[in-house]
Amino acid sequence: MWLLRAWLDGKITLSQRFAEIMFSCTACGNCTEHCPFPGFKNLLLEAFTSGRESFLDDGLVPAGVRDYLTRMQLHGNPYGLPGKKRADWAAGTDIAPFTDQEYLFYAGDEGSYDNRGQEIARSASRLLAKAGISFGILTGGENSDGNDVRASGETALFEDLAKKNTDLFNNKNVKKIITLSPHSFNSFKKDYPKLGGNYQVFHYTQILAFNMGKLKFRENPEPVLATYHDPCYLGRHNLDYYSPRMMLSAVPGIKIAEMDRNKKNALCCGGGGGNLFTNVLSSGYESPARSRAREAKATGAKIIAVSCPLCAIMLEDAVKTEGLAGDLRVMEISEIINDRIM
Amino acid sequence: MNDFIRQLAEITGPGFVSGEPEERYLYSMDQGTMPPVSPDAVVMPGSTEEVQQIMRLANKHKVPVVPMGGGLVLSGLTRALHGGIILDMKRMNRILKVNPKSRYAVIEGGASEGMLQAYLKKHHPELKHSMPDAPPIATLAGNICIHGSGHLSVLGGFHSDMLTGMEVVLPTGEIVKSGSCSVSTDWFARAPLPDLSGLFLGWSGTTGVVTKLGIRLFPSYAHNDMLIFVCEDADLMPDVISRLTGVQVAEDMTPWMTPKPEWARGFLHINISYGAHSKKELTFKRNLLQASVKKYSDQKIAGFLPMPPPQKSRFLKIPSSDLVTFADLRKGGGFEYVGAIMAIEHFAEAYRAGLNIARTYNVSYSMGARIIGAGHAMMFFYAYAFNRADPEDIKRAQHALEATNTAALEIGGIPWKSELPAQKQIIDKMDPGTFNLMNKIRSVLDPNHIMNPGNWEK
Repeated sequence: MWLLRAWLDGKITLSQRFAEIMFSCTACGNCTEHCPFPGFKNLLLEAFTSGRESFLDDGLVPAGVRDYLTRMQLHGNPYGLPGKKRADWAAGTDIAPFTDQEYLFYAGDEGSYDNRGQEIARSASRLLAKAGISFGILTGGENSDGNDVRASGETALFEDLAKKNTDLFNNKNVKKIITLSPHSFNSFKKDYPKLGGNYQVFHYTQILAFNMGKLKFRENPEPVLATYHDPCYLGRHNLDYYSPRMMLSAVPGIKIAEMDRNKKNALCCGGGGGNLFTNVLSSGYESPARSRAREAKATGAKIIAVSCPLCAIMLEDAVKTEGLAGDLRVMEISEIINDRIM
Repeated sequence: MNDFIRQLAEITGPGFVSGEPEERYLYSMDQGTMPPVSPDAVVMPGSTEEVQQIMRLANKHKVPVVPMGGGLVLSGLTRALHGGIILDMKRMNRILKVNPKSRYAVIEGGASEGMLQAYLKKHHPELKHSMPDAPPIATLAGNICIHGSGHLSVLGGFHSDMLTGMEVVLPTGEIVKSGSCSVSTDWFARAPLPDLSGLFLGWSGTTGVVTKLGIRLFPSYAHNDMLIFVCEDADLMPDVISRLTGVQVAEDMTPWMTPKPEWARGFLHINISYGAHSKKELTFKRNLLQASVKKYSDQKIAGFLPMPPPQKSRFLKIPSSDLVTFADLRKGGGFEYVGAIMAIEHFAEAYRAGLNIARTYNVSYSMGARIIGAGHAMMFFYAYAFNRADPEDIKRAQHALEATNTAALEIGGIPWKSELPAQKQIIDKMDPGTFNLMNKIRSVLDPNHIMNPGNWEK
């Protein structure tokens, strides 16, 4: 904030270093949570987003951010892959295209294109099916939810992505959406209504938390200590700290050990605000993901349970870099459950 | 300087050194009224050895070094007045040891108040340390080195009194230890050795860099309570404070006087915090406190404020958030206070001087004090909020602070963690022999005069 103020006062100029600082923000919301000044605190993230918008207007953005936004603009996803491949993750599954089911299941960018994200999308959708949830998926045409594009300050691109999605969802008569990623959840819930997209939006853990009773668990499972990593866009941004914990606590054999920083104090994995793709944040020893991996290890847990594909990717890398892969496994919650049900 | 920055990067790694305008701007000031001064570079060491190498390098090239903890001192003590580098200690933030029986902790020089509080809560809930009312990111080393005070100061005195030992890197790069840790593996006390810790306390970073320190811990009670004593006559305050501290049960005692909220205007309040292992003990302590000032309650010229439990919980919150609320009074994020250390018998004079100054300079004020020990002294504070975006408002606050420093010195007090103009005022009043000795010590410890130059100078 001091730098933005200094820039507005003409005391410093926009520069590459300033841009690096601004775009390294993951929009995790921890500053908002801990700022003691009422009113002002709620404007912090908007101020940062507006600041980044000014860098974009001046064309002064780190190369990684530029390339990320270009891929989003050209391909509607951060991987630069064709839109028609979006539903490839569901190949070989029984998931039906969305027609008149109760929910649209939106796998998001990572769930659609990233290998690890695809595994998570398949796992979560399998569990939804096991729980008897009626859902279908779109088989092409949808775009990125745009959540992190909006956070990066590229408002026009976000609105374009959102408009394309809402047109498609509205044409398909979508009323209820289950998202894989908390980022999509945040955007659909908070930003899309202003752009004509009014849906009942749920993160998949919010649906499954109340359907755990429908699952049949295997008897005498091996007891395992797990720690849960709160994703910023489900936790701090949308105040749901409990759906994933409800799911985990219903799993026989799983015991939860909380990390020191949990719920509203949770440390971000470092992947938000486009940082998963832009790499503006360092991946060194003191990077958020590696700090988080060490924090998880300190609990004695054998599993870091996650409910966000970005967190899964970031933390898996960090666990490997920290040399903890033999002791600590990053698992998405539905994967833990799928391993233990009949 | 570029070559110097490159050499710093060889010591700490490139991610922890910057000579870029953005970092230089951020480290040019604190939230107080002192004008910004840019350092040439900022460096964040990760170990005592790195600090040692940095000091050797800076000493060789005669580059000024300003050690910095949380950067929250508010009086501009961590500005690089003669350029050079800011040595930001925040990476050295480990809690190295807690001895629960001898009740002390050993921590690194950049460990924060909040970190130790959280650590004790998790691992030693039976222990606590004296938290100041600074944001939790304030460092223990910084607070101790400025003779800070906090929520156990009636019990344990200044935070520097709670220091049990130090590891310090001298300006010339040698590592020295003070206290029992210089002889033993235990960090239990500064006694019975020559007390070298005094070479680094109150010097505003002009004598060395604290890399480790030992701090006393205290019992954390299962039952905690507080009372608020109220009176209208400032002249009664020294006797009231003396009586309340005389029964030796309070942990913290903080008088406060503020024009807002309206119900508080014109009254002098004293928050008294105390704790106990059992309810019975708590009641006993409450009775002792109430009996100590019965003389005034019986005369109905003062008394205890009835407090419902929900209201009490706000006052029992540590650190208190009240000052933060006040800090934002004028919006724009500017806040500074003069804390003057003085004898408690000057309470009424100090209070009236504060009212006068607030009227004269038309500033939003809040006044209060923290009692140190059994009424041995107090840190009387005058806080002024200002809008950082309004130069006139900053100027008004600056004038008010200067007038307050002058008034505090005239009363017989000494401005605490004093900003540059107040340091000069103190030196003018100081015994010349004392100032000469300070300079001699400094020239021995820091022959090239690289440590936070500009401070404690005529």
